[in-house]
Amino acid sequence: MAHILLRHREIPDLHKLSVYTQNGGLAAFKNAVTNMKPNEVTDVVKNSGLRGRGGAGFPTGMKWSFIDNKNWPHYVVANADESEPGTFKDREIMESNPFQFLEGLMLASYAVGATAAYIYLRGEFWQIGASLDEQIAELEAEGYLGDKLFGTEYSLKMYTHLGAGAYICGEETALLESLEGKRGQPRVRPPFPPSFGLYGKPTIINNVETFTNVPMIMANGADWYKSMGTADSPGVKIFSLSGRVRKPGNYELPLGTTFRELIYTHGGGVQDSRKVKAIMPAGASSSLIVVDDDKVLDTPMDYATVRTLKAELGSASLIIIDDSVPLDWLINKTVHFFKHESCGKCTPCREGTYWMSHLTQRIHHGNGTNADVDLLLNVAKQMQGKCLCALGDFSTTAVVSSIERFRPDFDKVVKA
Amino acid sequence: MSLATKYPKEVKQILSKYPPEGKRSAVMPLLFLAQREEGFVNKAAMQDIAQMVEISETEVASIVGFYTLYHDEKAGKYRMQVCTDLPCALRGADKFMDDLCANLGIKVGETTPDGTVTLEAVMCLAACDKAPMFQTQGPDGIKYHENMTVDRTLELVKTLKNALGGGK
Repeated sequence: MAHILLRHREIPDLHKLSVYTQNGGLAAFKNAVTNMKPNEVTDVVKNSGLRGRGGAGFPTGMKWSFIDNKNWPHYVVANADESEPGTFKDREIMESNPFQFLEGLMLASYAVGATAAYIYLRGEFWQIGASLDEQIAELEAEGYLGDKLFGTEYSLKMYTHLGAGAYICGEETALLESLEGKRGQPRVRPPFPPSFGLYGKPTIINNVETFTNVPMIMANGADWYKSMGTADSPGVKIFSLSGRVRKPGNYELPLGTTFRELIYTHGGGVQDSRKVKAIMPAGASSSLIVVDDDKVLDTPMDYATVRTLKAELGSASLIIIDDSVPLDWLINKTVHFFKHESCGKCTPCREGTYWMSHLTQRIHHGNGTNADVDLLLNVAKQMQGKCLCALGDFSTTAVVSSIERFRPDFDKVVKA
Repeated sequence: MSLATKYPKEVKQILSKYPPEGKRSAVMPLLFLAQREEGFVNKAAMQDIAQMVEISETEVASIVGFYTLYHDEKAGKYRMQVCTDLPCALRGADKFMDDLCANLGIKVGETTPDGTVTLEAVMCLAACDKAPMFQTQGPDGIKYHENMTVDRTLELVKTLKNALGGGK
């Protein structure tokens, strides 16, 4: 099947504006601005069933319809902070199919009446930021961005903004704080960004991949989009596959594709022909899915079905764990990450990740006891549901699921 | 010399991105600009930026401290930041780092004696399918180096050193 998001794999030089427009690009935006009312755009996206691709899976059109129309101006912000260990899909989109992403952002801006849009990129995406700046300038020069577009009253400006190395800024309210020039620490919610966002104004924030779907939905219609994927999770998704597979990479597939098809048909199977022991479907924030029989591998990957395996699909960044990987080593890695990235604002996360890190190090270095494993599980469970944002909970999921689902692995490495 | 005097065009362009009520947003791009030459932000630059965006110097320093890509101390001309996070480590990043240390004769956090490279371990850089990998942070911004071997990395170090005129 031809790609919908990673179209550059079939169309060479799609990162050039002329090639993008020759392949139908920007027609949807021009049509929307000249022929459609803003809320009609939102309705099409709502009917398509598109869900946010950043991890939470919230219905996109519904989010747009929450924008507060009594408070102006409005902003749209693209979350290009891609930092979840195991996730590398937005990068490929922005590097190779940037105009489709930008057009999606432009369509969203028109739909909610925003006249300024910001792209918040993680600072490491320095080079992507520089090329997006050039591409935005080209769109301005060609009349797709700027004042009174296509002779209408609608005007739109677009800007990039680089972060500077902080996973937490992928959390949307921390992102807004960072964009406002502050430390990236999450806000207490409610109020949510559609009523109180950037500079206190109504703001819509979506992930890069989410925006990149929108031009294709507008061009081909909601029914076309719904014909792919499952009823609950329509459309296609980019699966970032990493870990112990032969062919890691991004694979664009319909939602509902099985783990087996992704890992074996596309990913070439496991390195050294070993067995899959566990799957982390949402990066380092995942619970570990136990792969103890063939049925697990035949599970379709959509938001609802993955939940039946006691895990979340999240951003669909699958880290494949084979039977050579020690789990005490694995959770020591994930906890180290979250301890480093905890923003320090709320106590359960700041202190919890610190103490979990002490314990995972002790266990991993062979100095732990059974009581330490119990204590680690206890600390992790006490953090759950008590943190200001999702990062705190995310830091516990690999820990709790590893210990509860693979306890004998830990018994082997600790003293009685 | 103030940033506005030294980089008038860049400063003007940065300030134009944000609305008047969002002047403070410019603090992050201005910090990158201030860091460009020496690889770290000195105290005078923090004062200068604080004045420009009308916040306190302490607030500017807290932003420098919060984000990992800002530095308040001198290091090697290039920071070589190797990802050793879970997905990269599953594909050999820890061993790559150990071998690199052995070949460069420095530990993680240290700088080569000629001052060319400071070796650092960093968190996920969104290149999990191209491990081992690292980024270099230097005067020309940030660059990714993917699917790396120790040999190719040592070549790169040599190139960087030569570009700096023998590392002086």
